[in-house]
Amino acid sequence: MNDMRLVERDVDATDIKIKARNVQVYYGASHAIKDVDVDILDKTVTAFIGPSGCGKSTFLRCLNRMNDTIDIARIEGQILLDGEDIYDKRVDPVQLRAKVGMVFQKPNPFPKSIYDNVAYGPKIHGLTRSKAELDEVVEKSLRRAALWGEVKDRLDKPGTGLSGGQQQRLCIARAVATSPEVLLMDEPCSALDPIATAQVEELIDELKQNFSVVIVTHSMQQAARVSQRTAFFHLGNLVEYGETGQIFTNPSDPRTESYITGRIG
Amino acid sequence: MTDATAPAAAPAPRPGHTAGSLLTLDKRTRARNAAEARFRLYGAIAVGIALVALVWLLISIMSGGLSAFRQTMITMPVYLPAEELDEAGNRNPAEMSRVTTLGYARVLDQALIALMAEQGIAIEGLSEDDASDIISQEAAAQLRNRVLANPDLVGTTVESEVLTNGRIDGYFKGRVTMASAELDSNVTPEQLRLADALRANGVLEKRINWAFLTMPDASDQRPEAAGLGVAILGSLYMMLVVLVLSVPIGVAASIYLEEFAPKNRFTDLIEVNIANLAAVPSIVFGILGLAIFINFAGLPQSAPVVGGLVLTLMTIPTIIIATRAALKAVPPSIRDAALGVGASKMQSVFHHVLPLAMPGILTGTIIGLAQALGETAPLLLIGMVAFVRNYPSAPPEGIFDPASALPVQVYNWTQRGDPAFVERASGAIIVLLVFLILMNAVAIILRRRFERRW
Amino acid sequence: MSLSLLLLVVLAIAAAGYVIGRRRAVSASGGDTRVLHSRPGYAGMSVFLFSAVPALLLIMVWLLAQPIIVDGRASALITDNDIPDGSSRGLVMSDVRRVADGLDLLVDSGQLDEDAVRTMRADLSDVRGRMGNVGVALGSSIRPSVFEAAKAYRSMNSVGRIGMSIVAIAVAGAGFAFALRRIEREFRARNVVEHFVKALLILCSLVAVLTTFGIIGSLVFETIHFFQMYPATEFFFGTVWSPRFGGGSDLGILPLVWGTFYISIVALLVAVPIGLLAAIYLSEYATKRVRAFAKPLIEVLAGIPTIVYGLFALITVGPLLRDYFAQPLGIGNSSSSVMTAGIVMGIMIIPFVSSLSDDIINAVPQSLRDGSLGLGATRSETIRQVVLPAALPGVVGAILLAASRAIGETMIVVLGAGAAAKLSLNPFEAMTTVTVKIVSQLTGDTEFASPETLVAFALGLTLFTVTLALNILALYIVRKYREQYE
Repeated sequence: MNDMRLVERDVDATDIKIKARNVQVYYGASHAIKDVDVDILDKTVTAFIGPSGCGKSTFLRCLNRMNDTIDIARIEGQILLDGEDIYDKRVDPVQLRAKVGMVFQKPNPFPKSIYDNVAYGPKIHGLTRSKAELDEVVEKSLRRAALWGEVKDRLDKPGTGLSGGQQQRLCIARAVATSPEVLLMDEPCSALDPIATAQVEELIDELKQNFSVVIVTHSMQQAARVSQRTAFFHLGNLVEYGETGQIFTNPSDPRTESYITGRIG
Repeated sequence: MTDATAPAAAPAPRPGHTAGSLLTLDKRTRARNAAEARFRLYGAIAVGIALVALVWLLISIMSGGLSAFRQTMITMPVYLPAEELDEAGNRNPAEMSRVTTLGYARVLDQALIALMAEQGIAIEGLSEDDASDIISQEAAAQLRNRVLANPDLVGTTVESEVLTNGRIDGYFKGRVTMASAELDSNVTPEQLRLADALRANGVLEKRINWAFLTMPDASDQRPEAAGLGVAILGSLYMMLVVLVLSVPIGVAASIYLEEFAPKNRFTDLIEVNIANLAAVPSIVFGILGLAIFINFAGLPQSAPVVGGLVLTLMTIPTIIIATRAALKAVPPSIRDAALGVGASKMQSVFHHVLPLAMPGILTGTIIGLAQALGETAPLLLIGMVAFVRNYPSAPPEGIFDPASALPVQVYNWTQRGDPAFVERASGAIIVLLVFLILMNAVAIILRRRFERRW
Repeated sequence: MSLSLLLLVVLAIAAAGYVIGRRRAVSASGGDTRVLHSRPGYAGMSVFLFSAVPALLLIMVWLLAQPIIVDGRASALITDNDIPDGSSRGLVMSDVRRVADGLDLLVDSGQLDEDAVRTMRADLSDVRGRMGNVGVALGSSIRPSVFEAAKAYRSMNSVGRIGMSIVAIAVAGAGFAFALRRIEREFRARNVVEHFVKALLILCSLVAVLTTFGIIGSLVFETIHFFQMYPATEFFFGTVWSPRFGGGSDLGILPLVWGTFYISIVALLVAVPIGLLAAIYLSEYATKRVRAFAKPLIEVLAGIPTIVYGLFALITVGPLLRDYFAQPLGIGNSSSSVMTAGIVMGIMIIPFVSSLSDDIINAVPQSLRDGSLGLGATRSETIRQVVLPAALPGVVGAILLAASRAIGETMIVVLGAGAAAKLSLNPFEAMTTVTVKIVSQLTGDTEFASPETLVAFALGLTLFTVTLALNILALYIVRKYREQYE
């Protein structure tokens, strides 16, 4: 069965999940994202790298319309999820975000119990019909976030009481519980120590079996370790996008090379 | 990581949200959006209710009180007969003062009857006594004061503006109607008809009532003459006391706490104390004033000095909180710069920090004063409710004289029987609010003008 | 010497001290002020402070102490036989003071001179009539002993005044001389002045502590007095409140506590939902323009004096509730009622709830909102399920502060709630509160030593304790909450 899925995955990997064309983002007067075209593949980890302020996080937040919550942000261009424009007037961002989940830079567990943190998404989206089903989803999500073993005896304790790495995995479990199709991760390891980082990276690798994962990261090593495809952003432009191996070994743009070799940062 | 590879890791079924198009809203999303809209509406309604309450409050006070600034008066010639007002004929005010207000009331009565005869007004069923009753009792006292101040008027005819009594005034302000006059022992429909006739002839009209702002309170029977003069002076004196005491003490205390105080338990105690004092019910400060300032220290009741002291104690926490915020907002770099050129700590505070914090301190002070100006409850306990008709003398001695205060005057008038006093109370509130608006406007202008960002 | 003149003299001495001190420092320097330890202005300032501050403090203490001492001495002149039946020493003493005031007026208006006052006797001349001439109305003719006490009171007061002037000027002069002599080249005038100023600053910050001591002291002292006359158990557990100024009163606090509680609950039921929803709307939904317009307007409600709300309750809300609710439903005929006071008080505390809640909701980190929105929650779901639970402790603190406001509020209940102490459930009936009864027991002519008056202090202490406890609890909760997100 596993083998079968491996084959499937190869096939799926050619599917384009998100297709962005001519995306422009303005924050008030400043032009934060300039003319970005990108295709994000299904069941693949895509890394966005680039120096601070290059727009990679901003672009990531466009993918599930989190920029809508910022009054001064204005977005132009087209972003298609499974061929549908997510900025179409008829699209409800709430429904979109159920399909495109997000994990943030700083672990942000809600001030609720661990169980309620994970159950939050399924509850608001009405994904389960019974308590037993909800229990099952919570367990499954925590297992998938590799946290089940550590918290199964204290599900009713507050999520804020966990360690940093555990909190971030809880946030991942929380995002996974909604069964999204795409998972956006905004520097998910920047607030974590190396051990916790390793755990989360391992987790990301597992997650790509079911989701399309987009991760923004500061660390090139991380991008090289976890991603299959990498996009390099610089000053709001998408400079280069391609196979991770190729970007890191044989970049075609001199800016990418400078960044990778540490000359711009 | 064995968890993740378990069969359970297969994509979960999605009973709730269909894998369908983003472009169509599913039923649940529609329901959730409706809930969202409802919630938002509740919020808007809450804001609306709060604003409507404010508007309702202001309209209710305005509509009840604006009329207090206009008063019904009769303008008529009054002959001042020498044989009645100055028997000795030497125009000596000391001797003329033997004639009481009753004598002057008779003079006014005759003048009114003469006026009616001249204008050919005759009301069926209205006796001369009843006719002259439409004149306020206060009018005679006013005429007497005018004559005593200028004895040469005796023997001449003077044009006078004569107050009508409260019921007649009420008739032209809608408080009294023909129907209610039938039932009222203080006024008859005939008197109202007389008033109508006088009005038709242009001798009776509503005029701007400056006396409301300048005259002292009047007794229960004379709402038409009641004014705010003593109350405004009393409030002014109290504010002077508050200003003189609370600003130096409050600012000094803030400077110590913010700039000099060591961080220890004693300082903590003072800080907790100030935070709590700011929330102690105002009536408790009244009890303090009664027990300490009046019973223990023997200061006079009803005196602005006691009210001022009590309000000072209430205002100090407000000023301290505002001043400390203003001092905190001055960046440490300014202090460092001053200390760096060899200024002492004290010099850096008084030469640099304090001037920069001044706008904030002033704003806080004005807001504290505005609060104190409207405070009522503690003043009730220290005897400011007393009926005071004499103006206090000039400060500083005057602050020991009995006086009233604006908010207490409002309370006083609400306790009187005649509904005309409700109009007066609302009018007094308008005066109070005008003062408050002026003070807050000054505070806002100061804040705008000196607002500084580092 | 009048008080203002004395103050002027002291300040003049101090001002002269500044000038002379400064000049002395300059001459000590031999013309080059740079050799001085401190700039000459500080030398002048030290003389100013040593002249003015001790003298002013002395005047303050003297003004407080003199009436107490003079009262005591004058009171000693009156024997128990001089106190008529049904009267008290306090009432006789107030007669003494009024007679003394009347004599002052007579002298001031030139109708008497000091010699005439000294020889005047109550049993020989018509004191009452002459007092009447200057506007001091006395109820009955004056007993000789009272008149003599009044004369003694007057003369002691004038001696005291003169004494105060002499001593104050002497103290100012002594401070002047002391400070001036210290000025020399090496004199550390700046340090002296700064220490002096710092001491003054500390003194000022102690005023807040003294105020608290004053409040607690006056309340506790008189409350103990009260409990010596009236049993504490009957006060705390009595269900009847009917003071009679002839003795035999029932002074049970429970009906008052119930009224206070009931009205506060109604007020909170009005203010909490409106205040909280308004805060949520303004901080999470409203556009900048709406917020800039609505927020200050709502806060205006907090700046309006409570007497205005009281009048609003009395002339508008009360009659409205009576005519459109209570009477048609047949549940009450009174325009002052729990509902009237509660609703108006609720309007008053809306801004307390809303602005505190606004602060607290804004303190919830944006990352929590993002986390929830990122999962596909709507704004209202985010607010209800993430923001509010996170802000809950702070909001509870805000509500407790509002409750303490409501319990301590006086003017609205005086004008809107009524005066009848009742244990009733009908919200359209007039009830009364602790604060109303404090006002009614302490205003008007009351005899100070009776339980009917002293009960106000016990009520005040109860009120103070309850509101203080609520405030401390609320401040503690809010502070803990703030720490959580710092």
